[in-house]
Amino acid sequence: MAVTILFLGPLRDLAGAETLEVEAPLDWSGLLGSVGEEVADQLQQERVNVACAGRVLADKTALKAKDGDEVALLPPVSGG
Amino acid sequence: MDPGAELEALTAATPDAGGIASFVGKVRASGGVEALELSHYEPLTLPGMQELAAQAEQRFALMGLTMIHRIGTMGPGDPIVLVGAAARHRRDAILAVDFCMDHLKSAAWFWKREKRGGEWHWIEPRIEDHADLARWS
Repeated sequence: MAVTILFLGPLRDLAGAETLEVEAPLDWSGLLGSVGEEVADQLQQERVNVACAGRVLADKTALKAKDGDEVALLPPVSGG
Repeated sequence: MDPGAELEALTAATPDAGGIASFVGKVRASGGVEALELSHYEPLTLPGMQELAAQAEQRFALMGLTMIHRIGTMGPGDPIVLVGAAARHRRDAILAVDFCMDHLKSAAWFWKREKRGGEWHWIEPRIEDHADLARWS
């Protein structure tokens, strides 16, 4: 098992993939180091949220993903 | 999604309602949009919609509420979203639909891209959507 990073919306295009498997545990700096420069730039913007195991993190820099967790990268929604 | 059938079902389920208000959002047939693709993140999107429905029920005197949002690829004229609200009095039904739509448009976890001239373009959030949301706070 590992941590699955999920790229949503336009981040999927920037990442060139829908998901990425990385080794657990995963923290904020590990995340920034795993996703490539373009996505990492986006992640550091306030308007991009991060969810871990189905919950949006109030402070994404406090990310602590463990084995089996899914980390979803959430760009701003474009409305239904 | 068949909005007419969904509204009939809501009507049948709420015999004591004095009225039903509804909104159907659809893909515009003009403007050169060939297709619209909606994506979501189910672990957040569905609980978010359930929470929104609970808020609407708390805020307005409703007898029934239907909220359906499609995902996937849609063509011009296709319905995307339906909100229907049944209430004893019209004001609650109309306001509940308006409330749910404003929240779905600006706060629900959906990402949208449209195909124009054979190319996909992501839709950025609109400032107006946030102003719409602020009406309810």
